[in-house]
Amino acid sequence: MAAQDNGIEVRNLQREFKGGIKAVDGIDLSVAPGEIYGFLGPNGAGKSTTVLMLVTLLPPTGGSATVAGLDVVREGPAVRRAIGAALQEAALDDFLTGWEHIDLQGGLHGLTKDQCRRRGEELLDRVGLADAANRKVGGYSGGMKRRLDLALALVHDPSVLFLDEPTTGLDPQSRSALWSEVERLAREDGVTVFLTTQYLEEADVLADRVGIIDHGHIVAEGTPSALKAQIGGVSLEATPANPNDKERLAGVLARFGEPAAGSPKSVAVRLDEGAEALADVVRTLDGEGIAVADLQLHQPSLDDVFLEKTGRSLEGDDDEGGEGDDAPEAARAPEVASR
Amino acid sequence: MTSVAIEALGTRHEPPPLRQVAMIAKRSVSRTFRQPALVVPVILFPLILLAVNAAGLSSITKLPHFPTDSYINFAIVVCFVQGALFAAITAGTELASDIQKGFLDRLALTPARRWAVLVGATFGGTSVSVVGSVIYLIVGLIFGVHIETGVVGAIVLVLLAIYIALAFAGIGAWLAILTGSPEAVQGMFPLLFVLFFLSTMNLPADFIEKHWFRAIAQANPISFLIDGMRGLVIGGWDAGTLVPCVAVATAILVIFYGLAARSLRRRVQRT
Repeated sequence: MAAQDNGIEVRNLQREFKGGIKAVDGIDLSVAPGEIYGFLGPNGAGKSTTVLMLVTLLPPTGGSATVAGLDVVREGPAVRRAIGAALQEAALDDFLTGWEHIDLQGGLHGLTKDQCRRRGEELLDRVGLADAANRKVGGYSGGMKRRLDLALALVHDPSVLFLDEPTTGLDPQSRSALWSEVERLAREDGVTVFLTTQYLEEADVLADRVGIIDHGHIVAEGTPSALKAQIGGVSLEATPANPNDKERLAGVLARFGEPAAGSPKSVAVRLDEGAEALADVVRTLDGEGIAVADLQLHQPSLDDVFLEKTGRSLEGDDDEGGEGDDAPEAARAPEVASR
Repeated sequence: MTSVAIEALGTRHEPPPLRQVAMIAKRSVSRTFRQPALVVPVILFPLILLAVNAAGLSSITKLPHFPTDSYINFAIVVCFVQGALFAAITAGTELASDIQKGFLDRLALTPARRWAVLVGATFGGTSVSVVGSVIYLIVGLIFGVHIETGVVGAIVLVLLAIYIALAFAGIGAWLAILTGSPEAVQGMFPLLFVLFFLSTMNLPADFIEKHWFRAIAQANPISFLIDGMRGLVIGGWDAGTLVPCVAVATAILVIFYGLAARSLRRRVQRT
């Protein structure tokens, strides 16, 4: 399977919704066969809209894209045969069992009963749902639902897999279980994986390459380590013992480097001279009489990359925005209703 | 992939369209009957309404020239048509919730045809009316309904009821696809119910005194459905009422599945 072209090529892809909202505003990207590509961005950045276009459920308003060598506009049915997709929030039927889902999805993909049975047993076993498969999905945990969704996406043996925020809302354990299965799919089975996430760690741990999207534009792309290397050296994060000292603390730290992503209570700077500046920083703070409650050194993170490119931090931004990822639904519904 | 199970998958073909309908219908039926709240009221409510009406309105059979002297013979068919309407609402809300939850997108990602999804998805609701119709008939017979056209007439009656339910389900499906919201489909229900009361449901057209009411009732498609079925119970084999009944049901079926299919092309914009 790895021999055939199962990559993704996207050229100047655009999607404009009614009212002139450009959810995706001319993006270019390419994903190599067998690669795990992490599409990282805050809520409303255009991630889900991009995925909907790549899986042929939403026609682009400009540009082009091929998946597994097939054009997403002109060769929709062939694209759908080649891909598997687990879209946002695992759309499962609470009143059906895991097996009934497998039989329905496998059947519609043209598998015989016997093929469904064997394929289902293999997949359910692999995602750890063999024992739960005869129970109704309504009783599944969030993690089990995502795992079933993954199994369903794989039932017809796709060569490209799309996962839209596969671990949003999962506990850390379920998250890492899903990560290892996705990793195995790419490494052992040669499946190309395109996954969207708003979690830095997910992109960092899982993705071979990361594209960072904000307001419909790709603002940075590369391997996680290359992206972080662009940012440069380590950063220092200091939390003042007295919150009123935050301004003064920032003033002092500014002498040692450029501002970096910190938490609301702390101040962070990227140290111009690396970790060696630490002793100087401590001496200066002591001299100024600023007591610190916490002092940490950080290697650059993808959040620093995001901050550098957009001027905003991705972490702690979860509650804001929101509208955009609903854009596909919100924009598709009135389109229909208005006629 | 390398696993043994995969080697056996080989080349796959899109399943035949009727098989697609069957698979989607099976899911719709299982899902519906696993929610007693969707089934029990649909079956009980028309019977309760019949009991209430029978208690309060049975004296109308004493009116001169009333077509029958048994109220339940006159009113039983209302159950069938009401059951069909409730079933349609069920079909609509179920499809709307599939749209809302993204299950429609899941189906859209398979080779399944749009129309197969549409038709299959209405089977759950329709199947409730199959069960309902048989129960209405049995309850009716227990309480002394006499069907003028006999056993064959009774079978035709149930088949007509199912056909009407299938047609009404097209209305539910169209509303579902148009709005994508189960609540919106539910909200349409009182409107359709008003249409029921403006029909010959409770009185033959000749007995309706208000001219405007009679005019509406005579033109109301629901009246043609009720009169056709009622003819089987209290009249006899009469093409004059049966043919319009089937024609109206067919028209509803064609018009609303057509509208639903058109809306579905806009809703599922897959390439």
